[in-house]
Amino acid sequence: MTAISRDEVAHLAHLARLDVTEDELDRFAQQLDVILQSVQRINEVAAEDIPPTSHAVPLTNVYRDDEPRPSLSRADALAGAPDTDQDRFRVPRILGEEE
Amino acid sequence: MSDITKKTAAELGEAIAAGDLTSEQVTSAFLARIEAVEPKIHAFLHIDADGALATARAVDARIAAGGKFGPLAGVPIAVKDIVVTKGLPTTAASKMLEGWIPPYDATIVERIKAAGLPILGKTNLDEFAMGSSTEYSAFGTTHNPWDLNRIPGGSGGGSAAAVAARMAPLAIGTDTGGSIRQPGAVTGTIGAKPTYGGNSRYGLIAFSSSLDTPGPVTRTMLDAALLHEVIGGHDPLDSTSIPQPVPPVVEAARTGLTGDLSGVRLGIVKEFASGEGAEPGVIAAYQAGVDALVKLGAEVEEVSCPHFTYALPAYYLISPSECSSNLARYDSVRYGLRVGDNGERSLEEVMAATREAGFGPEVKRRIILGTYALSAGYVDQFYGQAQKVRTLITRDFDAAFAKVDALVSPTTPFTAFEFGARTADPYQMYLADLYTIPSNLSGGPAISVPSGLSDGLPAGLQIMAPTMRDDIAYRVGAALESTQEPRLSDQIPDVA
Repeated sequence: MTAISRDEVAHLAHLARLDVTEDELDRFAQQLDVILQSVQRINEVAAEDIPPTSHAVPLTNVYRDDEPRPSLSRADALAGAPDTDQDRFRVPRILGEEE
Repeated sequence: MSDITKKTAAELGEAIAAGDLTSEQVTSAFLARIEAVEPKIHAFLHIDADGALATARAVDARIAAGGKFGPLAGVPIAVKDIVVTKGLPTTAASKMLEGWIPPYDATIVERIKAAGLPILGKTNLDEFAMGSSTEYSAFGTTHNPWDLNRIPGGSGGGSAAAVAARMAPLAIGTDTGGSIRQPGAVTGTIGAKPTYGGNSRYGLIAFSSSLDTPGPVTRTMLDAALLHEVIGGHDPLDSTSIPQPVPPVVEAARTGLTGDLSGVRLGIVKEFASGEGAEPGVIAAYQAGVDALVKLGAEVEEVSCPHFTYALPAYYLISPSECSSNLARYDSVRYGLRVGDNGERSLEEVMAATREAGFGPEVKRRIILGTYALSAGYVDQFYGQAQKVRTLITRDFDAAFAKVDALVSPTTPFTAFEFGARTADPYQMYLADLYTIPSNLSGGPAISVPSGLSDGLPAGLQIMAPTMRDDIAYRVGAALESTQEPRLSDQIPDVA
């Protein structure tokens, strides 16, 4: 079944917030098609009554006492920021004037 | 090549502790080797000579003052550039993180520092650890010391090549679908993937969180075990870390080196034994390894793991799904690259332009594949089914380990291929991980040990053991190594 079209790849790239070039669209559509055909096989074996495993370690919430501990200093935390203002991260405007 | 760089990490640690060598001498010798060989190999993305020498001198001073350290104190190490290191650039081989300097250390790096190992630098990898050849690094590929026209494996090609070319006696890799073991196999080195949860993931840049596992890359089994004990053990900062002590891997490696495997039962995975699609030379090297293990007293029987052949397709649905989610954080807003922020584009447009510019082809392919596998209408058919296959594979392991102590298989279906040979067809590249993926899906430990040469290139034998029984894999691996005189890792061509 699943043949993945060029339009579908474009849609998925949009959902993933990924600009792709025209050339990439052609290439990815063809490559993803091959990959999807190959992975289809999993449907041969995984029956209704098999419980899914999402993780190798049984996951449980891990709690600790709510005690203050040392954290990164302000200078360390800001060291990787492209721009700062008054000990804070400075980020570009994302809303228009009227919003 | 100096005599120092020929020694194993265990030998260097002993010499430093005994005062026969200083850590500064050892570290300087490896830095000199890097200077000589790195232009041909390109194993490193960042070299920290000053930092390594400063650590070495500090360790020397503390040893001279009678300070107590572990057996690897003063022995230098290289760290895969997907593990964060305070004050040292960490890029995951992606333009997205070019120039980023982390403000903290991964837990395994903290442990490496506490044990007194100078960090030589950060090693090359496939971008965000996605690949099997290190050809998807944004900063140039790494070359295999056995043949400079061939790939060093991936994603940990830099770590494996650094160890193989004797630029570092030890390295850290990470293994999501085989990224420690496959590079180990194709460079003639040891690649050990510990039990998932046995080694902390805190400070590893996430690719596929339910699979990623950090572990040792070395030239000998004992070195791998010594490093495993340095980095292993419970970490409260990682909620998936198993609250149990590190298995006695060093003791197991020493036992293995005596060459006695009597009473050890090994299972040959029937579904992998045929070697379908594998190079005949790789299968022959593997068979020679099995024969050597039998001579040491191991009992061998064939066991059936009928779902192992479905591991590859399940992995290539699960890991892209987790990757598409994990890599959503590179959104141009919080950290990393930002492109096209000229005040005229919308936030979404800046995000999409940034991700287009910052990610390479394999990463994009997997993000799109993961987005597809998780999308409404397909999630049950793909992601849900893949998780059921994961259950079936874990059951296969459980059934096998009810009969035998460990499973053996080839590590890879083929030896190091030439650059570009598999990049056009991603599925052909994915086949490199055919044998390594089952233990990632189940979480159990697995180690690749060199088992021979095929057309002059190394091939590996993989040993898979039950969860938190890493010691069994170390014992069997060390026994196999003990039959090789000289060790395969001592036969790596000198590229200088």
